[in-house]
Amino acid sequence: MSSQMQEKTMDIKDPLVIDGIEYSSRLLVGTGKYDSLQQAKQAIDTSGAEIITMAVRRTNIGQNPEEPNLLEILSPDDYTYLPNTAGCYSADDAVRTCRLARELLDGHSLVKLEVLGDEKTLFPDVSETYKAAEILIKEGFKIMVYTNDDPIAAKRLEEMGCVAVMPLAAPIGSGLGIRNPFNIATIVENAKVPILVDAGVGTASDAAIAMELGCDGLLMQTAIAGAKDPVLMASAMRKAVEAGREAYHAGRIPKKRYATASSPVDGLFF
Amino acid sequence: MNILLNGESRQIPDSSTALQLVEILGLTGKRMAMEINAEIVPRSTFNEHIIQPGDNIEIVGAIGGG
Repeated sequence: MSSQMQEKTMDIKDPLVIDGIEYSSRLLVGTGKYDSLQQAKQAIDTSGAEIITMAVRRTNIGQNPEEPNLLEILSPDDYTYLPNTAGCYSADDAVRTCRLARELLDGHSLVKLEVLGDEKTLFPDVSETYKAAEILIKEGFKIMVYTNDDPIAAKRLEEMGCVAVMPLAAPIGSGLGIRNPFNIATIVENAKVPILVDAGVGTASDAAIAMELGCDGLLMQTAIAGAKDPVLMASAMRKAVEAGREAYHAGRIPKKRYATASSPVDGLFF
Repeated sequence: MNILLNGESRQIPDSSTALQLVEILGLTGKRMAMEINAEIVPRSTFNEHIIQPGDNIEIVGAIGGG
């Protein structure tokens, strides 16, 4: 972590704490699907995200050595990287990917574990996720784990030792927003680790809703990169996450079946 | 000798070290990680690790993703 980032921890109000480290932004964003790395950087900086994801893939050998690399444009000195195991359908592949990511980032052990079960929905294969988590936790990885919105799975992953649990709102890239707010609320209530909604967010109100449910943060990629104006959407998402968090802390009014007048009845003159 | 590199067959000089391979590929100074036969070869040992004929080598890096 850079000294800039360390200084910030001294005055963070309501920090997001993951594995003992404080972050001021509760919005985590992906680095893929942008028109260019420059656009990615602009959107990410507008979003205020401090934690950003990356994928591990074969290096293009012999092709365009001048092409800027992700880690050169978005330096690990300026952001906390969360390598993912996107594209992995087995625990073995996910474990292998995390080990390579750790080597790539000089021993950095925070990772996003995702083990997929199906190409169409990209829903997690939870049983392979458990297998991968068990191995990775023994090897000292700090896991932020992608899972479905099943409170039992979420709790089990927490109890195994994952540092954060990330239930999906809806399928990756679907933009459907939180499909089951009651499950998300249950997961939040039962959790002792941060719960971040990851996958399926579509627009700013989805992010605000997640925060109003008590989630500790959000991770999103397509909602920003796929928007017509990604930088503007990044700005909207930043505000939505802040607004939702404040609303959560402010204590909303209950929902009622019938009206309660806002102006007093006494003193009516007709 | 023949090796498999990122899924493709390639000829490299006999007894090349991992460091020499990185140089041949023009990747010196670039951030990457290497696996040989599904085991990670730490960057700190590139200079000592001698590649064997038929080794299955993967060289990976970071790219944008969510």
